[in-house]
Amino acid sequence: MSVELCGMQLAHPVINGSGTFDAIAAERVFGTELIELFPFSAYVSKTITLRAREGNPPPRLWEAPAGLINSIGLPNRGLDAYLAEDLPRLARLPVPLITNVMGSTAEELAELAGACETRPQIAAIELNVSCPNVKTGLDIGSDPEQLHGVTRAVRRRTGKPLIVKLTPNAADVPACAQAAQDGGADAVSLINTLRAAALRPGDRRPWLGGGTGGLSGPAIRAVALAQVAAVAARVSIPIVGMGGIQCAEHAREMIAAGADIVAVGTESFRDPTVAAQIAAQLREPVASP
Amino acid sequence: MSAGAALVQQEGGATPDPQPAAPDRTLAPFGRRLATVTRNESIGAYRLLWAADPEAPAPRAGQFAMIAAAERWGGGAGERPYLPRAFSIALTSPAGETAFLLEDVGPGTHRLCELSEGDRLWVLGPLGRGFSDPPLHGRRTILVGGGIGIAALTLLVQAREPLSARGESPPQGTGGSPQPSTPGASGLPAGGERRCEALTVLAGFRSGAHAQGASLLGAASIATDDGSVGHAGRVTDLLHAELARGTDAVVRACGPPAMLEAVRSICERERVPAELALEASMACGFGACYGCVVPRRGGGYLRVCVDGPVVDAAELASVPGGGGQ
Repeated sequence: MSVELCGMQLAHPVINGSGTFDAIAAERVFGTELIELFPFSAYVSKTITLRAREGNPPPRLWEAPAGLINSIGLPNRGLDAYLAEDLPRLARLPVPLITNVMGSTAEELAELAGACETRPQIAAIELNVSCPNVKTGLDIGSDPEQLHGVTRAVRRRTGKPLIVKLTPNAADVPACAQAAQDGGADAVSLINTLRAAALRPGDRRPWLGGGTGGLSGPAIRAVALAQVAAVAARVSIPIVGMGGIQCAEHAREMIAAGADIVAVGTESFRDPTVAAQIAAQLREPVASP
Repeated sequence: MSAGAALVQQEGGATPDPQPAAPDRTLAPFGRRLATVTRNESIGAYRLLWAADPEAPAPRAGQFAMIAAAERWGGGAGERPYLPRAFSIALTSPAGETAFLLEDVGPGTHRLCELSEGDRLWVLGPLGRGFSDPPLHGRRTILVGGGIGIAALTLLVQAREPLSARGESPPQGTGGSPQPSTPGASGLPAGGERRCEALTVLAGFRSGAHAQGASLLGAASIATDDGSVGHAGRVTDLLHAELARGTDAVVRACGPPAMLEAVRSICERERVPAELALEASMACGFGACYGCVVPRRGGGYLRVCVDGPVVDAAELASVPGGGGQ
């Protein structure tokens, strides 16, 4: 069941969604068993930014019908601390490391990619483009023209496989995928969380400290299937499909919709080994419907 | 070559030190386990849910588990629950059972409260940082529990005075439905106080029905908001009185935010070392989601699930939601 993605050989087609599994924290909790039984065939880091971010004020979570709204705010210690402290530990994982980066301008993203380019421990780079443009307030990734520009800027700085994580909060997601491909992306991943809000019972004011958040989990799987299919019809580069996958059948559906490999996110919160179970089930022959 | 072997090889090189042994926690097996409910006991306003989980490592007091009913988890009020719920590991039995103290307050706890013998339960844990061990030398230990927060303290009591007639073995012939339980053999403390050697237990509750939970604490001094049992007032009144006898103590507390903040503030003022077991909603319990944070004194956030739930009170400027002071 081994698969190839952008030149990376993966033992199976199930990886993690960025920000849904912290391998360093998990090793504190599960010890070396985490390494021995590592569930993903590649590890995608949480989002790294140039400067450290504390993240959003709590509350950060809201349980939605068959899903979760989060407003975490991309806490991370910044590029330098990531490279100096996290990277040596993540390099000990038994799978390729994909580093996810976010910046609010093409220059920031290019600087992040340039820093990753020099590190042999990093197998690939994923761009988080769900970041507001400081001038327009619109997500870079929701505007094909801007997305094309930042992808090109990053492409010039790295020869490593480049994956663009598409936002679903865009009017024309296939056009964004096309822009990423034209800008030099080697793959796209989708879907990120859907913009969502939760109101506090009683006074009906925003519950989340960040105001709004992103919806994930089974509630968004049907949306993900449609967006992956639409993107697959538009671009020729590989697709990492994700959004509400809970089991092998969901993974098969995502692959049938056009994904080359899949990522598991929120379901890992419920069961941290679910990716390994899905991978094992994907190895089994499928009964004809 | 296994992944583990690769790790060991690399650790021999110039890579950073391997993860140090974790004296503040028992590591969890990687993966959730399917446990079988053996008992669901009524204890006043609470339920004590026992499940056979023979592969569970012995937890450190203060650690927790993420639990979810294996069947019909979802489809309740508001199409919830979806995520598992975090509960202190309240008690363990030599028969390989683990007990969780529950109160029916939402769709998740409602479903858990209705489980009965033979039902199955997903369990991930033990998780998080437990209470330090051993306590500071030369100081007596004061446990302060509020409401369902007593569940984080019961293992400390159990370690000190193994509870008789409670939890050592599965019940015989309890049938398939929850059985009303009898409180501990000693019944409710009479509001007066008895002290285990160097262990003082103080517990506060909303009402007499909630105060029945104190049967899990052995000999405890009780305070109730409605005055129906023990001291009419707050458990921190009892803590004040206790510290007035001498501050050569270490405090370990778990309860609602306002109580924890009061405990933190009192202990800071009296220069009494304190450990607080925090509560937060969490999605995962193992550091993945970054959802359960509380502000750390001096800036930044602690993740309650991996940096806590037990924290040194000095790590916080105040307990979130506790009103501050």
